[in-house]
Amino acid sequence: MKRVQFEHSPIPYLFIAPQIIIIVIFFLWPAAQAIYQSFLLEDAFGLSSQFVWFRNYTDTIFSDAWLQAAGFTLVFSALVTFLSLALALLLAVKANEVIQGASTYKTLLMWAYAIAPPVAGLMGNLMFNPLIGDLYAFMNTIGFDFDHKLDSVDAGFVVVLISVWKQVSVNFIFFLSGLQGIPKSVTEAATMDCKSSFRRFWTITFPLLAPTTFFLMVINITYAFFETFGIIDTTTQGAPGGATNTLVYKVFQDGFRGADIGGSSAQSVVLMVMVLALTVIQFRFIEKKVHY
Amino acid sequence: MTRPGITTHLILICGAIFMTLPVWVAFATSTHAPETILREGLQILPGGHFFETYKEVLFVEGGVMKKVTATTMMKNSMILGIGFAVGKVIISMLAAYAIVYFRFRLAVPLFWIIFMTLLLPLEVRIIPSYEVVAGMGLLDTYTGLIVPLIASATGTFFFRQFFRSVPDELLEAARLDGASAWGFFIDILVPLSKTMIAAILIIMFVVGWNQYLWPLIMTTKEENYTLVIGIKQIYQVLSEGGELPQFQKAFALTILATLPPVLVVLIFQNWFVKGLVESEK
Amino acid sequence: MSGVTLNSVRKTYPNGAEAIRGVDMQINSGELIVFVGPSGCGKSTLLRMVAGLESISDGQIKIGDRVINDVSPSERDVAMVFQNYALYPHMSVRGNMSYGLKNRKMPKDEIERRVNEAAAMLKIDQFLDRQPNQLSGGQRQRVAMGRAIVRNPQVFLFDEPLSNLDAKLRVQMRIEIKKLQRRMDVTSIYVTHDQTEAMTLADRLAVINEGRIEQMGAPMELYSDPKTLFVASFIGAPQINLLPVRYDGTQLSNGSLAFTGFADLPQDTDLVLGVRPDMLRHDPEGQFELRVDLVEQHGGENLVYGALLGARDAEGDDLEICLKGPQDLLPEMETVLRLGFDPSAAFVFRKDTGERLL
Repeated sequence: MKRVQFEHSPIPYLFIAPQIIIIVIFFLWPAAQAIYQSFLLEDAFGLSSQFVWFRNYTDTIFSDAWLQAAGFTLVFSALVTFLSLALALLLAVKANEVIQGASTYKTLLMWAYAIAPPVAGLMGNLMFNPLIGDLYAFMNTIGFDFDHKLDSVDAGFVVVLISVWKQVSVNFIFFLSGLQGIPKSVTEAATMDCKSSFRRFWTITFPLLAPTTFFLMVINITYAFFETFGIIDTTTQGAPGGATNTLVYKVFQDGFRGADIGGSSAQSVVLMVMVLALTVIQFRFIEKKVHY
Repeated sequence: MTRPGITTHLILICGAIFMTLPVWVAFATSTHAPETILREGLQILPGGHFFETYKEVLFVEGGVMKKVTATTMMKNSMILGIGFAVGKVIISMLAAYAIVYFRFRLAVPLFWIIFMTLLLPLEVRIIPSYEVVAGMGLLDTYTGLIVPLIASATGTFFFRQFFRSVPDELLEAARLDGASAWGFFIDILVPLSKTMIAAILIIMFVVGWNQYLWPLIMTTKEENYTLVIGIKQIYQVLSEGGELPQFQKAFALTILATLPPVLVVLIFQNWFVKGLVESEK
Repeated sequence: MSGVTLNSVRKTYPNGAEAIRGVDMQINSGELIVFVGPSGCGKSTLLRMVAGLESISDGQIKIGDRVINDVSPSERDVAMVFQNYALYPHMSVRGNMSYGLKNRKMPKDEIERRVNEAAAMLKIDQFLDRQPNQLSGGQRQRVAMGRAIVRNPQVFLFDEPLSNLDAKLRVQMRIEIKKLQRRMDVTSIYVTHDQTEAMTLADRLAVINEGRIEQMGAPMELYSDPKTLFVASFIGAPQINLLPVRYDGTQLSNGSLAFTGFADLPQDTDLVLGVRPDMLRHDPEGQFELRVDLVEQHGGENLVYGALLGARDAEGDDLEICLKGPQDLLPEMETVLRLGFDPSAAFVFRKDTGERLL
């Protein structure tokens, strides 16, 4: 809080109005609509609707398709988060060690941040295209009976690979800046106290990176939940048979392709609750961080 | 500190190749003739059809889409990227200024309303958002494309954080100097935030350019497609299968969709990294 | 030029905390008043109330004959120099100095004239087109003063303006501020927690404690005739020696020590005897003894620190006192010096109220 502020006047309302108006029209109102619609059942033509309490929730959430999507989302998020964090951490630690060529490495490792997920998805898709894709051929050459159009594990593999590839750069940037934020004197003191650089990493560096890691975990889970939409939509589109449907992708499919407004809205509300949980966890953590 | 060994460099080189090679291959392949690609698969070396492919994609009607050229889509992407970035900076700076520098009755509830946007990503309110915009007759307009995207909490929080770090005495000195609320904002605060504004503009340009879901449901007419959505369409054309799949054009389009944001990030790398790391605090 | 009048000024925060508890003060035109006191005593709050940066809960502040309670800061005709200078970092020196005048819609050539004049007076004319971050601390300080001067205000306000400078520069700027203020003859209020700065700058000093004025007067008056224990201990460096004592009708005593030559003091209460270090003298016939712990040589004089033999402080520990002596007073550690003082130059205070009795 500032010591001195401008006193009561209509001016602050003018300044804050544009943002609030946009939020009310495009955030709060639609969200309220989603909650409202999640209690309605529309007929096939969208002409009439009736209030059905939690039927949309019970219908969709206990359906096999939703549970399958939930299961996939869980495994998918865990894999993407873990793999992209691990890879980024390894690269950041190494990039922090080198002096020669440090900025070149840094640039090459972070530039993919600028690539849109759907663009990455399409590139990956073309690489795995059975007609021309060398990765497709390669996977078959080394002995997998690889076909991501038919096999759900193979399809999952493609989606995870592309999603990890796209996310490494962001994690790399944060890990590197986290590493550079560790005072040099601490690293030097550790070098004198502990001979093994491997042990040094796990006992000194990694704990000091904990805030960054936790923050990135939240970011990565959010990414795997929401932003991978563009990757899935340009690769598997949930195929085969819904095996690579994430929860978000399913909301979109049911709502736009399937025109099941009530069911899609119910799923949206469930997602809202999940985001809420993630945000609460994040903020409780940030509050703790303040006391460091 | 000991000199980093050969393994360190090896790991970094492998990482760099992993991050770079796919895009290079996409570029190299885009410069080959469709027959070559179909016969030999992906290409690691550039071929001789660079100008031919890119000219057709960029300038010839029907080259990639039914009607529009990649130039039109690029223009749309530019408008989205720049409009998104500029709009977001203006809106969030104004809101953050009100929150930090004014005492007013509704400050707390309004702050929470802004905060709530964090809980409501587009994905959880797609259908009603679409209905709202459709109801306002904003489908296929730049307004409908940009405005709903620019009001989120991140930018506001970022500037709020920065404004709070500005010494109180500057406002006090300015008030003794007779600056009005608007005068202090324009004469002192905005010039002081120059670096921050630049960093946010860069990040937001990239984010805006890369928008996918919203433009996808917002635009129904081809001439309003951005490059990122155009990608999806050409992929559909490819998989429907024509006489000879035009893979080189698909690759060329991915390169074109990638180039502007990548250039921005590379040119303004330092600002970009600073802004990204700061904004998440 | 006009003076400043404060009538029963109070500041109460919304949470009930009282920062200023009723201050009356008459500052004459052209006078330099220094508010001095420990941190948190309210001296800055009071200054900021004059500036208009803090609201006035009760009472009245007048500049000249004009009540300014509800006048906005920019219309009070005051200028302020801040502790951290508060220069606008993105503006040149010229821009910093002219910003307030531009907001007043002053004609361009008049701004130009005033800025150049002030810059010449402060010897910063060669820096006018530089940015603040290209200047040294002392130069920034001058720019901050320049920004105040160009306004040609009725009152100058200084909020600890020298505390960010190193010791040498601080002394130099202190002298310049004093000279400048004399030359411009503008009523000024200067806030500091540094008693040396306060003593050397002030026409009159106001010692502030817990939101009240303890005493106001010329520097030497406060030094030699403090009204309270607080003022006596705050003014003067090195600090006055304070001994907890009681009066038995004939003498003041602490442990086995007794001081004669005091009369008419209450016998039923704890008292404090205050003797300034320069009032103590090395005297073989003296009334008490000091065991030397440390000698500080300051060049022109020496400060001898040690425990007063036979006396105990309030916690029952050795009572440390200080003696200011000539440069040839150089006792060995642990040796014992016999000291004396003139009872008429010592102060006696009530411990509970701090009121001075003698």
